[in-house]
Amino acid sequence: MAKAHNHNTDQLLIEAIQGGLPLVSRPYAAIGKDIGMSEAEVIRRLSQLLRSGVIKRFGVVVCHRKLGYRANAMVVWDVPDEQVAALGQRLGQFECVTLCYRRARHLPDWPYNLFCMIHGKDRNMVLDKLDELVEQCNLSHIPHQVLFSRHCFKQRGAIYKHRQAVDPIRAYLVGKT
Amino acid sequence: MTNVLNLNGSAHEELNELQERLLNDFQSNFSLSPTPYADIASDLRVTEAEVIEALQELSESKIISRVGPVFRPHSIGTSTLAAMAVPKGLLQYVAKYISSLPEVNHNYEREHRFNLWFVVTATTEEDLQAVLMEIEENTGIAVMSLPMLESYHIDLGFDLNSNNQ
Repeated sequence: MAKAHNHNTDQLLIEAIQGGLPLVSRPYAAIGKDIGMSEAEVIRRLSQLLRSGVIKRFGVVVCHRKLGYRANAMVVWDVPDEQVAALGQRLGQFECVTLCYRRARHLPDWPYNLFCMIHGKDRNMVLDKLDELVEQCNLSHIPHQVLFSRHCFKQRGAIYKHRQAVDPIRAYLVGKT
Repeated sequence: MTNVLNLNGSAHEELNELQERLLNDFQSNFSLSPTPYADIASDLRVTEAEVIEALQELSESKIISRVGPVFRPHSIGTSTLAAMAVPKGLLQYVAKYISSLPEVNHNYEREHRFNLWFVVTATTEEDLQAVLMEIEENTGIAVMSLPMLESYHIDLGFDLNSNNQ
């Protein structure tokens, strides 16, 4: 019971903070005020969420595109299942790789099981970096495809909310776009 | 640090030094004291009001999307990467509809037969499947769902300098 209570209270806090901290002198107090929580409790719970890894990073969230990193390619690889973890860990360490995930294949349409994202200022910069990856990790025999982004329709942080509760927000968001 | 200013044709050519520091140095380990902006200000030897104003400007020009948390995928809910092969003439229309869904955060056109890629996030697996089905029903186009099985990357934020060649 206590756990369920905790979970719900954290959920409330997560919903209140996922759009970002207000830019006021006491932002945690302001967040708390909205959800009936003291400033100290907001801070305590956020520290806990950071420690437990639910929040992996807390700070300024930068938009790559606006900073001139306009080219981004999703590179997808069809790696034998027994090799995917080792290769994923290796690729994830390259500075140019901003995301590296193993995903489910979707056969027959989609045989690729390892996804990494490479950002660059232009297409050539991204392709050069990909060449480096292929060379340094001996990947020339691994089937892969490069999917450059052509247009970004939407980019923002994830919003976690129960569907039943979402309608007013949905109406608000749809009204805005 | 100066190289951040040298990127051609980007919005941040007009960034001042304070804004650059805010972008570079505060992507993680943000202060959890009651007055985080005052803490940053004292770090950078400026006033709290200057920090808040600079962040407001970065936010308004959409150089930053927010100051706040990035959640580890699947830690408080579930998500999937979804792809659709949308006929070219319908792409703008379908993309606009997908973007309007509150469960969708990233939504990109990519160069591939599967040309629309988006991330769907929900609190439960059931809700997630409901969103995917709703999209299929409303568009008449199959949605390929590629859930994440494992993450190999630790997100330390985006290093403007070292990515800058």
